[in-house]
Amino acid sequence: MKKNRTLENAIAAIPSGAVIMVGGFGNPGTPFSLISELVRQGQTDLTVIKNDANEAGHGISRLIEKRQVRKLITTHIGLNKLAIDRMNQGAIDVEFHPQGILAEKIRTAGAGSFGFLTDIGIDSEITRPEDLVDWKGTAYKVEMALSADFALIHAAQADWLGNLVYRGSAINFSPLMAMAANHVVVETPDLGAPGRFKPEHVHTPGAFVDSVVPLESLTSDYGILEHHVRR
Amino acid sequence: MSAVERLLSRAVKEISPGSIVNLGIGLPTQVMHYLPENFDVQIHSENGILGAWKQAEPALMDPFLIDAAGAYVSLREGASLFDSAVSFAMIRRARLDLTMIGAFEVDALGNLANWKIPGKFSPGIGGAMELAQKTKRIVVLTTHTDKHGNPKILKTCRLPLTAKACVSRIISDLAVIDVTPQGLVVREKLTDISNGDLQALTEAELTFETGEAAHEFV
Repeated sequence: MKKNRTLENAIAAIPSGAVIMVGGFGNPGTPFSLISELVRQGQTDLTVIKNDANEAGHGISRLIEKRQVRKLITTHIGLNKLAIDRMNQGAIDVEFHPQGILAEKIRTAGAGSFGFLTDIGIDSEITRPEDLVDWKGTAYKVEMALSADFALIHAAQADWLGNLVYRGSAINFSPLMAMAANHVVVETPDLGAPGRFKPEHVHTPGAFVDSVVPLESLTSDYGILEHHVRR
Repeated sequence: MSAVERLLSRAVKEISPGSIVNLGIGLPTQVMHYLPENFDVQIHSENGILGAWKQAEPALMDPFLIDAAGAYVSLREGASLFDSAVSFAMIRRARLDLTMIGAFEVDALGNLANWKIPGKFSPGIGGAMELAQKTKRIVVLTTHTDKHGNPKILKTCRLPLTAKACVSRIISDLAVIDVTPQGLVVREKLTDISNGDLQALTEAELTFETGEAAHEFV
């Protein structure tokens, strides 16, 4: 069955109040086109789960700037002063996790399990007494799985069954989120017929993907950011 | 040589041939540019790269290939790319030999604070807790004082901790200092500064393995 959707239809499935995972670490992997459409349609009261807040004026920062986001579950927003200011003003609720713990919480949900035990941050203020369990004389922190209503994913290449291939460092959280969300929307500038990939080269199998949105071209957001080029 | 150049050119000597090294956001990521072209090292970047290398020439720069700080990197031969769960499995399973990391505060017990200044600047945890807790060796790279001239090397950290007792060595723009069971020991001075003046810029008590007249710097 073809999973092709238009940009407008794919994003219109998202209601206000939804919990949305967004792939990407910095720019690579950020689905800028899906986010732009979400900004245009204007759904509000969103909970967004993303590694970072992109940079001011780009990606999910635009959702924060338009006050569509109630809560951000993330690991690091140090490259977005605007998001830090909004957090300090109390305009957005920000929940920080250690990066690999966020990844593992998402992976765990994606694997159909409910939680795992760790010692990361066990001595720090991110651990509350009620998060601890004692097992055979050792204390562990319980980390619960993290799922979502939707995942928004950028793939370098896809076929219309939803098989995905990522590029460069754009893999990051995307394959994990594609497994953990109930409805997975993928954008790609390169959509083709099944058979185009060697089966062993597929990163995310199509079973996890619900909608594939072909992009006619990539905007400047996907290009080189001049202020990150070393001179 | 500027203070930062002095710090970075000393920091690069911490990297042993054949090691796997993570370079944190800030001063540490700049260390890569001081490595000789053919140096035997694999740079791990927590966004999913083992074998990251210096920025490619403009025509070969890839917007889909960055380090954790957003800088464009290239890949060395033998590099691999993977998702964030695999990247942090590598960290938590202690497959990294060395992490160089920035600090808001570091103290005499080797405690590190670098993720939260409540109400002011809280960039977040990022990979820091896992790197600090699980890497075999942690070297902090930091200016000796903050931009107001206040010490960053303290008796006890006041900010929320990233990880306890994790730091082995501190390299500042002024000195190389080891965290030992006996407290902080100055191993090298990187500039012409007296022991008294260095102590005055440091809240934690220092002991000096170098003599007053030692000139390790060049």
